[in-house]
Amino acid sequence: MLMINLILILLVGGIAALISQRFGDHIPRKVALAVVVFDLLYLLFALTAMPELETLQAPLPSDPQSWLMHYSAEWIPAFGIRIELAVDGLSLLMVLLTLILGAVAVSASWTDVQVRRGFFEANLLWTLAGVLGVFMAMDLFLFFLFWEVMLIPMYFMIAIWGHENRAYAAMKFFIFTQVSGLLMLVSILALVAVYQSNTGIWTFSYFDLLNTQMAEQTAFWLMLGFFVAFVVKLPGFPFHTWLPDAHTQAPTAGSVILAGVLLKTGAYGLIRFAVPLFPQASMEFAPIALWLGAAGVVYGAVLAFGQTDFKRLIAYSSVSHMGFVLLGVYAWNALALQGAVMQMVAHGFSTAALFMIAGSLQERLHTRDMREMGGLWQNMPRMGAVAMFFVVASLGLPGLGNFVAEFLVLLGLFQTDRWLTVIAALGLITGAAYSLLLMQRSFQGEPDKTRQLADFNSREMLTMAVMMIALIGLGLYPQPVLDIAAPVVESLLRFSTTVTGGPL
Amino acid sequence: MNASQMQALMPILMLSLTAVVLMIQASIKRDQKLAWIISAVGFVCALWATAYARNFTQPVTILLQVDSWSLFFSALILFAALVTLVLSRQSFSPEGERKEEYYLLLVLSVLGAVVLIQSSHMVTLLLGMELMGVALYAMIAFPEKGLLPLEAAIKYLVLSACASVILLFGFALLYAATGQLSYAGLGEQATIAYLSNPLLVMAGTAMVISGIAFKLSVVPFHMWTPDVYQGAPTPVTGFLATVSKGAVFVALTRLYMDAQLYQYPPLITALSIVAIASMLIGNLLALRQEDIKRLLAYSSIAHFGYLLVVLIALTGSGMASDAVTFYLAAYILTSLAAFTVIARVAGEDPKKTQLGAFEGLFWRDRIQATALTVAMLSFAGIPLTAGFMAKFYVISLSIQGSYWFLLSALIIGSAIAIYYYLRIIFSMSKASVGDGIVDGQKQDYSANLTALLLTAMILILGSWPQPFIAFAGGL
Repeated sequence: MLMINLILILLVGGIAALISQRFGDHIPRKVALAVVVFDLLYLLFALTAMPELETLQAPLPSDPQSWLMHYSAEWIPAFGIRIELAVDGLSLLMVLLTLILGAVAVSASWTDVQVRRGFFEANLLWTLAGVLGVFMAMDLFLFFLFWEVMLIPMYFMIAIWGHENRAYAAMKFFIFTQVSGLLMLVSILALVAVYQSNTGIWTFSYFDLLNTQMAEQTAFWLMLGFFVAFVVKLPGFPFHTWLPDAHTQAPTAGSVILAGVLLKTGAYGLIRFAVPLFPQASMEFAPIALWLGAAGVVYGAVLAFGQTDFKRLIAYSSVSHMGFVLLGVYAWNALALQGAVMQMVAHGFSTAALFMIAGSLQERLHTRDMREMGGLWQNMPRMGAVAMFFVVASLGLPGLGNFVAEFLVLLGLFQTDRWLTVIAALGLITGAAYSLLLMQRSFQGEPDKTRQLADFNSREMLTMAVMMIALIGLGLYPQPVLDIAAPVVESLLRFSTTVTGGPL
Repeated sequence: MNASQMQALMPILMLSLTAVVLMIQASIKRDQKLAWIISAVGFVCALWATAYARNFTQPVTILLQVDSWSLFFSALILFAALVTLVLSRQSFSPEGERKEEYYLLLVLSVLGAVVLIQSSHMVTLLLGMELMGVALYAMIAFPEKGLLPLEAAIKYLVLSACASVILLFGFALLYAATGQLSYAGLGEQATIAYLSNPLLVMAGTAMVISGIAFKLSVVPFHMWTPDVYQGAPTPVTGFLATVSKGAVFVALTRLYMDAQLYQYPPLITALSIVAIASMLIGNLLALRQEDIKRLLAYSSIAHFGYLLVVLIALTGSGMASDAVTFYLAAYILTSLAAFTVIARVAGEDPKKTQLGAFEGLFWRDRIQATALTVAMLSFAGIPLTAGFMAKFYVISLSIQGSYWFLLSALIIGSAIAIYYYLRIIFSMSKASVGDGIVDGQKQDYSANLTALLLTAMILILGSWPQPFIAFAGGL
């Protein structure tokens, strides 16, 4: 019930935030913050009561009882659809990331959103609820449901509170995800149909479908359906074109959620569903996926270099960073997978923070164009220092989380494909170039003396501090995160090896 | 005819009685409110009769087939008629004008639809279709003002008449080939006749199906749809989209199954082409529409394309007849919700059916905007709505039957469709000039209640479909 409660708290909290606007314009944001923090504390409290966390065993992918938490209830028995939720180390990390960044997003919306605040916070909380569902659902029907439903509040966030070109961006975002989701739905239904014709049983449960026997050709096409849906969301090259628009046009809190959490659902889907459900087909497809990943790393970095829009630059840097996740997943060994998980967490924090800085700049300067900035460090020293921190985090400075992640991915990838590692490593160099360019253009250079700008206040500094501590923690002592993810990674590797008879 | 057969005919009898009472009332005291109440009571009684008749399911002569399946659809149609009646009260309420005949026409049209649904013979098929159609022509042209309704009615009348002629000619050819006019008899004899004279049987069936396809407005028989949708008074458009099309599709399914038309590969090929064309062309043409009624006209073309996929897959699995039930129910509820909102927002002003008139609806009228949003999401097939479960059925069926071409057309069509459904939602979320100000129209509780009821039904059907699936499986 814990998992259902986590989702319900956010759903009901959303309604509460919507209604609370009647009592004052500033009430909804407080309600939203309280709801997210309460949800987080509720989860942490429940975790301390759970003895398994200390002695995390490797969960068997096909045995729900070995997972950290598992819940299953009947829903639509006519098709064997159940409300089945389960959490292992990977899901747990993602859920924690979602809730922490959720609180950050509420903080980002504190003064950014001026109209219809109740409805905004409601949409924010509903998106978080949908994302939590995606990370916990183990029934493929339920998973698809959360996957699609979380789009709607996100769509509203972009379409109603977005910037000048919001209609186009919101539409593009929705259509890309929905159409690729449709392909996934076809794959899910076909997978279920294959299972049904093998055994005569209707089921959508992940645990049942893991060992479905099917022809090689079928497996390949079904895998492709899942792959496309997840890579669009990730976003991987060449399906990334929705991302710069959506990120740029979304309100700050929307960008934080989008970059910090929503992109991770794609990566999570690859690790949880696309590869384990079709290990053989994925093994054959891995070289192509790896090339797409490397292309994303380099292409994203090159495009980021050419941007003049602050938010657009960060958006393209996300494409580059998410390329590492794709590389990590399809290298499919312990090091690379650990790196991919690490990247998901670290990128969540660093990009969320950068988007918040971009949002603060827009709030103060009413532009995102870096050509109109320059010397802002003089005007706002605190913001400058914070920005410097996150820019170097994002370019992979040793000692911070992103470095650990990218290093692990490259190390793992080296065992699989040396030349690809060389190409991907190029992304690190270009990454340094665009990150520093961002810093130079906006915060350094000749300051405009006439500008009177408010520096970060204590609320903003507190939010930033949370993410700084997280990134430093991840960079200096990544072991706890690696420990939580390790059992999952091991069991996935063991599972795919037994099915395919060799490493991926 | 014995007593139990009469009991099986209760819904039809109730509707006929209502029509008679309405005529008598008109000759004694002309009063619009009274006519409205009589029709409402009549529909409710007929709705009760569909439940009552479930205990007496049987073929009533060779002409009608009363079974739980057709009774369910009769009930669905009657529900849609009730909603139409509620909406009509707004549109046709100006006092001092004599509008009682409208209610009589509505009752007659519903009677035709119920006959059509229960038909098991070519004669009742034609009878039901004509009774429903002729009353509809008059309903479309009912507003005395304006050229648009008149144009729509004439267009519908002329083209409908052509379609009926083709349908009749098809009957004649089939009769010449087999000597049968009942569905079941046709099913037996046509297989034999097909061996000796395939051309005659195929030509006959093709003409019958063309006639029916016209009423369903699938491509290439779709030309009339946008003009009629736009020109007709909004409640009548809703009626046409739900009652008329729904009843015709049920009749087509009945004919297709009982006359065993699925045995003929050329026919399947033709139906597949029609389905694919409807899904693609319907959705493509909807893209650039600026008038919401025209947009929904094209979207309905696409939806009947999806429904034809179910029809083609009917032989493939036992799930298929459930799929027809579920899809039609979802489609009818969703369309009703959409037209309820349009009737409330636009009234009878043709300028107000433009998408621009819906700008900022979210901030003006939250209930209506939510209802329209849910309806659009349901049309687009987003989870938690009835439309998603319907699409779930269609995709499952086409995977099980390996209809990959149909499936790809369906996916491309749905992908296109998201754009125009989202456009409507987006324009409602825009900030408009009258933002924050409740417009002058007085609160209409009946419209709000209807919208809420339909929204709740769409959401329940989508999020907790098990009871309905179990119920549909037992039909």
